[in-house]
Amino acid sequence: MAEQRSSRLRWHIVVFLAPAVIVYTAVMIFPLFNTLRLALYTEVEQQRVFVGLQNFYTLFGDAIWSEQFWNALGNNFWFFFIHMIVQNPIGVLLAAILSHPRLRFAHLYRSAIFIPTILSFVIVGFAWKLILSPIWGIAPSMLDAVGLKSLYAPWLGKEEYALTTLALVSVWQFVGIPMMLIYAALLSIPEEILEAGECDGITGMAAFWKIKLPLILPSIGIISILTFVGNFNAFDLIYAAQGALAGPDFSTDILGTFLYRTFFGFQLQLGDPHMGSAIATAMFVIILIGVCIYLFGIQTRLRRYQF
Amino acid sequence: MNKARRNPLNTAAAHAILLTYTLIALFPVFVIVINSFKTRKAIFREPLALPSPETFSTIGYETVFKQGDFFLYFQNSMIVTVCSLFLVLLFGAMAAFALAEYRFKGNTLMGLYLALGIMIPIRIGTVAILEMMVATGLVNTLLALILVYTAQGLPLAVFILSEFMKQVSDDLKNAGRIDGLSEYTIFFRLVVPLVRPAMATVAVFNMIPIWNDLWFPLILAPAEATKTLTLGSQVFIGQFVTDWNAVLSALSMAILPVMILYVIFSRQLIRGITSGAVK
Repeated sequence: MAEQRSSRLRWHIVVFLAPAVIVYTAVMIFPLFNTLRLALYTEVEQQRVFVGLQNFYTLFGDAIWSEQFWNALGNNFWFFFIHMIVQNPIGVLLAAILSHPRLRFAHLYRSAIFIPTILSFVIVGFAWKLILSPIWGIAPSMLDAVGLKSLYAPWLGKEEYALTTLALVSVWQFVGIPMMLIYAALLSIPEEILEAGECDGITGMAAFWKIKLPLILPSIGIISILTFVGNFNAFDLIYAAQGALAGPDFSTDILGTFLYRTFFGFQLQLGDPHMGSAIATAMFVIILIGVCIYLFGIQTRLRRYQF
Repeated sequence: MNKARRNPLNTAAAHAILLTYTLIALFPVFVIVINSFKTRKAIFREPLALPSPETFSTIGYETVFKQGDFFLYFQNSMIVTVCSLFLVLLFGAMAAFALAEYRFKGNTLMGLYLALGIMIPIRIGTVAILEMMVATGLVNTLLALILVYTAQGLPLAVFILSEFMKQVSDDLKNAGRIDGLSEYTIFFRLVVPLVRPAMATVAVFNMIPIWNDLWFPLILAPAEATKTLTLGSQVFIGQFVTDWNAVLSALSMAILPVMILYVIFSRQLIRGITSGAVK
């Protein structure tokens, strides 16, 4: 540590910090709070007027707005729920297998399974849209090959399936991240602990459930909060696959697409930055609640082991 | 687990599961790419067959090159990604050095302030960002995107890099000080070369989300001259939705640059994730 105990201003510290702090404050923090502030205004005859919480009364009180908002929020929770129950178990399973010592081709599998994660939502959205499309017929003919053709439906076009299908596509895309993080956590478990378990007769599956799983719980917690934040500002995949209207009949509408439509407008509806700000504020609060639950409710209870 | 090491049945099961999942992961990419090289008829008749001499066709690619300005989009994406990464690394490393090296009033507070952005997505502030860009005349410029992505990348960069900078030996820096090097020289000549692996990790983490982002190009820079590859392919595919050759070719072309980057950087990326940089 450089402890120059001089009382004069050390300019090099200012120079080192200034660019990052200025850009970060000007482009991220200031607009964030400005958006929260804009939610309290509205536009009357091209003049910005302070209206207090009026936009929120509209958002939650007006039947047209509140119906859309709760629909988007509910869909968003379902989207998140599917991620949690599908993505995490698959990620843990793949990581557990990959972390076996002396498994051959492990790095090949690892790299291949991570490929969907690097593709853009646009590619993923369209690729799956084409594959699941009844016009092209890849999905039905593949199901036919295993005798399950009766199960096929145009999933993305049916209100009851579309959201779940998109959530699964998103899981397909992002399973690489939990896999990698859990893989790293599994590798960091010291061999002595596992050997100690073996001496007590705990091997194979038992070793996984009783020793490894408790040790990787903090990683699963981090993945959950990352997924939560990611899902509650998701937009790209739905927009690429279903458009800004999040069809069929808004059944795949989530907060991100709702914000985009409101803020930017679509077809006949004009964009409204102030209602958009109100929705962004609601998203901010939801994400903040999620992060707080994680930081104060979950993370403090998970015991972290230092090796 | 030693049992599994010796048990051939377990090993076979492990490979079967991994292989199945690898196929699931790669299948869509594979289908898109092989079909982009086929005639329209063959795409529909046998979607899973490889292109043969009779069914081979590059008509889709011809349409893409004729209609879309993909080179321009590619160039825009490159400029935005490279400039943003450079600024994230430069500013991030400088701030991380200040936080890790010097004790000053408000050090912890500044660290927490910069870390806020790790959890709060920058998209929440979109309305005000757009307003600001309109006011400063930066709408439809690449600079707007570069600024946004720089701000977005900084929090995590500062967080990761300051962890690594704390590990750089004090003796080395103090030796430099005794030799009369300025703090700036110590930073650029001594510290930066030592944390280069961590900087590469930060670069790779930031690269993919910036390259793939659709939200900010759509809102801040949708003009033809500033479209990024992601937005450009989205718009193109939307227009040509019934021309399957063109759509498949455009998709393949959008996949290609990312795959090349991935092949080059996958080792770095995977090492970065597994080395616990994001604990």
